Amino acid sequence: MKKRPVLFRRLTDRIVKIISVLAALVGIFFLLWILLEVLFRGASSFNFQFFTEISLDGENGGVANAIVGTFVITLTAVFIGVPAGLLGGIFLSEYGRNSRIGNLIRFASNVMMGMPSIIIGLFVYSVIVYNTGSFSGFSGAVALAIIMLPVILRTTEDMLSLVPNSLREAALALGTPRWKVTLHILFKAARTGLITGILLATARVSGETAPLLFTSLNSFYWPAEPWWHFWSFFTSPTANLTVTINDYAMSPYKGLNSMAWGASLLITACVLVLNVFARYHFREKTK
Amino acid sequence: MNQKQSENVKISVRDLNFFYGSHKALIDNNIDILKNKVTAVIGPSGCGKSTHLRVYNRIFELYRDQKATGTVMLDGENILSPEVDILELRRKVGMIFQKPTPFPMSVYENIAYGLRLHYKLSKTEMAEKVEKSLRSAALWEEIKDKMDKPGMALSGGQQQRLCIARAIAVEPEIILMDEPTSAIDPIGTAKIEELVGELEKNFTIVIVTHNMQQAARISDYTAFFFEGKIIEYGETEKIFTKPENKKTEDYITGRFG
Repeated sequence: MKKRPVLFRRLTDRIVKIISVLAALVGIFFLLWILLEVLFRGASSFNFQFFTEISLDGENGGVANAIVGTFVITLTAVFIGVPAGLLGGIFLSEYGRNSRIGNLIRFASNVMMGMPSIIIGLFVYSVIVYNTGSFSGFSGAVALAIIMLPVILRTTEDMLSLVPNSLREAALALGTPRWKVTLHILFKAARTGLITGILLATARVSGETAPLLFTSLNSFYWPAEPWWHFWSFFTSPTANLTVTINDYAMSPYKGLNSMAWGASLLITACVLVLNVFARYHFREKTK
Repeated sequence: MNQKQSENVKISVRDLNFFYGSHKALIDNNIDILKNKVTAVIGPSGCGKSTHLRVYNRIFELYRDQKATGTVMLDGENILSPEVDILELRRKVGMIFQKPTPFPMSVYENIAYGLRLHYKLSKTEMAEKVEKSLRSAALWEEIKDKMDKPGMALSGGQQQRLCIARAIAVEPEIILMDEPTSAIDPIGTAKIEELVGELEKNFTIVIVTHNMQQAARISDYTAFFFEGKIIEYGETEKIFTKPENKKTEDYITGRFG
C-alpha cells in the first residue's frame, strides 16, 4: 500500500485550521464593531439628565421614564414567566417524562421558542389590548413572559434531567415526599443551571422590541405620575427603552437621535452584563 | 424453618413477581428475612438481587413501567398494598445505594434533613441526634470539625458512611444495602463492613453484594439468586460450605458469574 504524503496531510490540516479561525474571527469582528459603534455614539449622550429626566421638547432631557418602564415591564415578565416556566419544567422532567402530554408540551414549547416575537406581540394585542381598550405596560410584560416561558421550561427540564436518578432515589428512600425531593434536593443540585437559564431568558426578553410595539407602545411620560398611580401600568402606554430606540432613531430631531444611541448603549450594556454574569456564575460553580 | 425462627421473621415475602414492562425479572420469590440478622443476597449480574431489594421500600415505583405482584409482609402488614403510607414505610426501611449519594448540602444538613422530615425537634435535640447518628456510623471523630463542609467534599468512604448515618438517623428498623462497597476503596470497605457488624444489634440488614468473601464475612444468612429465582437460602456457613444446589455450588466456587 502506498502511503499518503505527510507534507500534503499537514498542509490540509493547516488550511482547514486557518479557515475555521477566520470564520470565527468574522463573528467576533462584527460583535466588536457593533459594540464599539454603539459605545462611541451612545456614550456622548450619557449625562446626568439622561438618567434622571424625561424629554418633552425633543431636544433636552433624558430617557429616565423608559429606563423605569423597561425595568418594571421586564421584572413583571420575570414574575409571570419564571414560576410558570419552572413549574412546567418540573412537570416535564419529574412527572411527564415519557407521557403523551409531556411530549406534546415539549413539542409545543420547542415550536414556541422558534416563533417570531412579533406574532406574540400581535397575539397579546388581540387578547389583552383589544379587549381592555388600551395599550399598557402590563400587556407588554405578558408578551415578554410568553416569550420567556418556553425557554425557562426547557432549561428547567434539561437541568433537572441532568441530576442523576440516584439522588432522586436516595431522597425518596429516606421518606421524602416527591415535591420536597424536587424543591429541596433537585433544585439545589441544579441551582446554578436554573439561575443561568433564568438570567439568559431575562437578558433575551429585555432587548425585545417587536412584542412591545403592539402592547406597551411608548410614552413621553413617566410610567406612573405620581408613582402611587401605579395602575396606569395596566391602563396606559408605558415608556420603555427598546421602543424608545425605535421611535427616537427615526425622529428628525438630532437630540432624540443621540438619545436613541444612548438608550442603545444602555440596553446593550445591561444585556451584556446579564449574559456575562450568567455564564461566569455557571462556570464558577461547575468547576 | 422451625418455630423459634418464625417468631423472629421481620420480612416475609410470598409469590413475589416483578416486571420491567413486559419483562419478568423476579419469578415467585419466597423468603423470610430474620430480625436483627444480616442477610446477604448474592448471585450473578442481572439475576434480580437489586430488583428484589428495591421492592422492600417500593423505590421501584419511581419508574412508571416497573411493577411488583405478590405479598411482602413487614411486621404482618403487606407493604405492597396501596393503603400503605409510603413515607412511613421508607422511614422504617432505610436504603444505602451503590454510589454514595450525599445531598447537595452541608454534612450537618445531610443528617438533619431526614430528621426534619419525620420528627419535630428542638435545635439542641437535633444537634444531639445528628451527633448520635454520626457516632453510630463511626464517622463522628473523623468529621466533627467539618459539619459545615458540603457533603460532597468528604472522601468516598466517608460519604457512604454519611449516607448510612443519614439512614439510621430516622430510626429505621430495616436497612437495605445495595452493593454499598462496590464504589469504595479497600480501607473504606473494611470500615463499612465493621460497621455492618455493629448495626446488626439494632437493625435488620439485607445486603446485596457481588463480593462473595464479603457475604461470607458479614452475613448470618445468604440467599442465592439466579435468573430471577431464589435458588437457595439458608445460614451463610451452610451455603458456603455445604450448598444443596449444584448451581449455588458452581457460583460460589467461581465456576460462573
